[in-house]
Amino acid sequence: MPSVTRIEIGTRPGFTDSRGASTARKIREHLGLSVAAVRTRDVYLVEPGLPEADAARVAAELAGPVVRQGAVGRLDDGPFDVVVSVGYKPGVTDPVGKSARVCIEDLLNRPLGEEAHVYSGRMFLLSGCDADAAGRIARALLANEVIERVRVQTWAEWRGAPPDLETPRVVERAPHAVEAISLELEDAALARLSKDRLLALTLPEMRAIRDFFRREADAPRRKAAGLGPAPTDVELECLAQTWSEHCKHKIMNAVVSYSEEGAPPEEIRSIFKEYIRGTTRAVEQRIVAREGRSWLVSIFHDNAGVIEATPRYHLVYKVETHNSPSALDPYGGAITGIVGVNRDPFGTGLGSDLLSNVWGYCFGPPDHDAPLPATLLHPRRIRDGVHAGVIDGGNQSGVPYARGWELFDERFLGKPLVYCGTVGRMPVTAAGRPTHEKSAVPGDRIVMVGGRIGKDGIHGATFSSAELTESSPVQAVQIGDPITQKMMFDFLLEARDRGLYSAITDNGAGGLSSSVGEMARQPGGARLDVARAPLKYQGLAPWEILVSEAQERMTLSVPPAKLPELLALAKLREVEATDLGEFTAEPYLEVLQGERTVALLPMDFLHEGDPEMRLVAEWNAVRRPALQAMAMPATPEEGNALVRGLLARDNLRSNEDLCRTYDHEVKGLTVVKPWVGVHRDVPSDASVLMIAHDGDLTGYALAEAVFPTYSDADAHAMAQAGVDLAVRRVLAAGGRIDRIAALDNYCWPDPLEGPNNPDARQKLAALVRASRGLSEICVAYGVPLVSGKDSMKNDAVIAGKRISIPPTLLASAIAVVPDVRKALTLEASEPGELLYVVGDTRDELGCTEWAAARGVTGGEVPRCQPETFFERYAAVASLIRDGLVVAAHAPGRGGLLPSLFYMARAAGLGLGVELSKVPRQGRPGWEALLFGESAGRLLLVVRPDQAMAVEQRLGGVPTAQIGAFDDGDRLRIWLGGHALVDDRIDALAAAWKREGRQA
Amino acid sequence: MNRAVRVLIPTGFGLNCEEETAAAFRMVGAEVDLVHLTDLFARRHDRKLTDYQVLAFIGGFSYGDHVAGGLVLATRIRAHLMLDLQSFLGNGGRVLGICNGFQTLVRLGLLPGPAEGSADFVPRAALANNDRLGYRDAWVTLAADPAARSPWTQGVGTMDLPTRHGEGKLIVESEALLDRLEAAGQVAFRYVDPSGKATEQWPWNPNGSARGVAGLTDRTGNILGLMPHPDAVLYPWHHPDWPRKKAQLERQEPAGLRLFRAGVSGI
Repeated sequence: MPSVTRIEIGTRPGFTDSRGASTARKIREHLGLSVAAVRTRDVYLVEPGLPEADAARVAAELAGPVVRQGAVGRLDDGPFDVVVSVGYKPGVTDPVGKSARVCIEDLLNRPLGEEAHVYSGRMFLLSGCDADAAGRIARALLANEVIERVRVQTWAEWRGAPPDLETPRVVERAPHAVEAISLELEDAALARLSKDRLLALTLPEMRAIRDFFRREADAPRRKAAGLGPAPTDVELECLAQTWSEHCKHKIMNAVVSYSEEGAPPEEIRSIFKEYIRGTTRAVEQRIVAREGRSWLVSIFHDNAGVIEATPRYHLVYKVETHNSPSALDPYGGAITGIVGVNRDPFGTGLGSDLLSNVWGYCFGPPDHDAPLPATLLHPRRIRDGVHAGVIDGGNQSGVPYARGWELFDERFLGKPLVYCGTVGRMPVTAAGRPTHEKSAVPGDRIVMVGGRIGKDGIHGATFSSAELTESSPVQAVQIGDPITQKMMFDFLLEARDRGLYSAITDNGAGGLSSSVGEMARQPGGARLDVARAPLKYQGLAPWEILVSEAQERMTLSVPPAKLPELLALAKLREVEATDLGEFTAEPYLEVLQGERTVALLPMDFLHEGDPEMRLVAEWNAVRRPALQAMAMPATPEEGNALVRGLLARDNLRSNEDLCRTYDHEVKGLTVVKPWVGVHRDVPSDASVLMIAHDGDLTGYALAEAVFPTYSDADAHAMAQAGVDLAVRRVLAAGGRIDRIAALDNYCWPDPLEGPNNPDARQKLAALVRASRGLSEICVAYGVPLVSGKDSMKNDAVIAGKRISIPPTLLASAIAVVPDVRKALTLEASEPGELLYVVGDTRDELGCTEWAAARGVTGGEVPRCQPETFFERYAAVASLIRDGLVVAAHAPGRGGLLPSLFYMARAAGLGLGVELSKVPRQGRPGWEALLFGESAGRLLLVVRPDQAMAVEQRLGGVPTAQIGAFDDGDRLRIWLGGHALVDDRIDALAAAWKREGRQA
Repeated sequence: MNRAVRVLIPTGFGLNCEEETAAAFRMVGAEVDLVHLTDLFARRHDRKLTDYQVLAFIGGFSYGDHVAGGLVLATRIRAHLMLDLQSFLGNGGRVLGICNGFQTLVRLGLLPGPAEGSADFVPRAALANNDRLGYRDAWVTLAADPAARSPWTQGVGTMDLPTRHGEGKLIVESEALLDRLEAAGQVAFRYVDPSGKATEQWPWNPNGSARGVAGLTDRTGNILGLMPHPDAVLYPWHHPDWPRKKAQLERQEPAGLRLFRAGVSGI
């Protein structure tokens, strides 16, 4: 047991410990426990220990002058009641320890050595609370025992014991030998094998693998490699990763027998090919017919979609989800989600610079107060952790966030949805080559760059392809390290521009087995030696090295002639790069451990060998009663109260303060920011950003929309509402109507039939209906689907009870903006400007925020009329292009009311509106007019002297001037002269921000 | 203007504002080299520090702000670059530190720097956690202190610009030192409230810095460090009021550019 140096850093007496103060506030506000004061400390453990003099220098350096103090061993600055010590468990990524090590080595001017470790930890010194309370505080607030070890000591215990020198050093054991696993088993045994090894392979898949090895048993190539008839654990794990739902999207590619209302079934060959790729092909044909060429550069076959933007740059966009890990470890799961999706644009073509991030989360209600199973974290805890993770991941990577949203519903208690996305900027050419193409050839070296491999993230892909249960593996949790990745990206951009590699892809789900297995398709095959792979610690079996999802790793294909230069540059930049083997022309993925072959899988079986999945979907429409009307407010005071209540709801209230803890303008390219208006506190419809500081004023607009609750009526309406609002938002910001692309991100409850999944066929039918709706509206709008992802196991089975999310399709739109200076927001600029609504309002209150606020079900769900809507959007887009519109806004969740409030607040003006002028279809009542979420509507602000021109050009489109801005400070809304609302805008804002209420 | 001013921008280790800072210096006519710190440490760059007139420590998250903002980077610079840095300063070179760069300069003891007569680089201040804990990206207003004696503040006046930090509360060794810094004109910029008065009040002052201090210079005025980001205000359309005040914003030079122009003037 080598010696250990312990260093504690704390705040000097007389200075505020802001972290302690904020911890104390959370203890009181979130846990309702009392505590007098909290002091915090940072702890560093250096192993092996340092000479005394060195240790003292290090303590002083880490503390710095004035505010903080450091001590070797124990920093004793007065009594407390209980101390909670928190440190990582063995093997968990510790970025702070890593940085501290660099600092110590440069301070002492010597390397600490291969065997040395620096670990970070935290201490919370609590006064005014007892050990029991401290234990609850530790578990509920200060630590996550999935990844951290916690120690609670009273003052007496702490004083009595020597300083804690226990480090989370990984106990290194000899690695498991490679084992052959016979599949000559009964079906039941095969299924059990799949479950016990967390392979997440279905019985037909297990049978297919068994049958393959029967055929392959005598293959000379296999014999020559010294492999027996049974698959090795390496081969089995490799197949499980490659065939996992997460990597293979088997459900989206399954043959589906679909029937509606008991009608004879029809066969859908593949939801993906039919409704997603088919849609994009159809749209692209129309683009070519119209423009003579396509602006789609690279779609479907790479890590992210690529579209044309400027003569110098393409735009690359990808959105991912990271739901299951975020449920277990919100911080680690979320930071891994954002730095993970960063690697998609980076791993597309030869790599892209990162421009901006987007995020969106679906959580259980933050104030949920019913008891939860021990295995579920409280939604507030999940929310705080997820935000903290994506904030650190984005901010530390130097990528601004462009869009962010939150949605709350009871059904996300079991699994939160954590969407993270990244836009990249791809130079049209790099080192003289088209950047969107990869060109790995036989003989190229397989080079892994970035972080080292550990047990973290083993089985992540297969795990996320299974439902969350009490026994979900903790090793499925990774923690992203943005700084290691940022240093890797800086290095890779240099290497890209010097032409040092021929192909690149990221190591995400499935680790090396996926990245090398995928890249090998171009040259034909690959041979890699896991014994060469750099490990965080010894004791990993070959299959673990192959499938580990340890973060911050990219895989390159490097021409042998370029290898020395690439490795030298990596060393200089302090980035680890390792030659693991070579790409070959032989159609095999061969894995070696030193000299010995431990896996030999034909490429065609690896990628095409999984049996075709056949599924049954049955749709039975939900019968919905009419929604009982509510009496119209008799006085504006009644109306004001209703409106304040609605604006304060979880799904509408302002989360500006939270959003401002994310950087939104690093790189200096952000034009229309996420928060706009006189008070800079109103959410923009879309963010607009420049692409580079190269004088080209072309930019891009980003927006998204998601309506999970609409699935309660029909997933078809849910999908279309999302696409429609995302498109309206980018149009309102001045995006080119003929340069809009969309991303589809499906998060679904498990649609596979199983013992505890009685309504699987209806869930699959919802997937079909959503995909049809998506396809119809994208074709009508001329919007190609350039990238997407699906997550199909968003259920939690806790104590036998299944909690399923509502079928949720996130639509993300990206549009080219011709001149960022002309981008629009929702801000009117002067009193007297007129407010127009374009598009009619229908009696559609079903599944809306208003219905939820009233606690009533039933009513028609908002539906789209894509062809009709598109005509009016084209008319509005031309008005905006010609400068006839001052400001524009697309009403969304909550209907017209929140929109009117936003526009008045943003302008810093008063606003008066007469609802009886609103164009309508059918007979919408006051509720539908004020709160209905009818799609296809836009609000336009127009100067009086341009009103006539605007009305003429909107002839034939349902349009009306419904109000005007004034120099007052009130929002006034009438219906046929009857005042429904008459309230101070700052009072509405206070309610919306819950001022005076705990956030 | 004669030969273009040469600006060196060290990059890497998690710094991330190189793109906009380089653009800013180029927009005011300077010639910019972006050089990875490992090249400077290894003496692989073909130019010496003293070949430059301006050295810019940019914003970002060097080493993730782990341990403390700018701390690890400062330790590395002291170990690998301090002598070059001292000869650069000896030649009267100018230094700009923005956000993480300011934190690094303070950790290096370059700001507020040694008193008259001495030449040590002992840290005498710290940029501590904001009073309201945590990172925040929001626009504020800065006013150049009329008493400031630095090329970096000449003609800059009042600036609207974003703050983007979690550790920006300036705490100096003693009240007396702060008095001396004010008297010596080393307080370059202060956060001001809507009435234009220096403030310690959130949100106008995002971190609670005493006397509203947002930026410092050394005794010579050649070294400027500030927490907010002038590199984020290079075009009129960067300003949040752009949609409503285009004409007015187009008439004036963007605030950030005024600072960069001042920094490369008179060289």
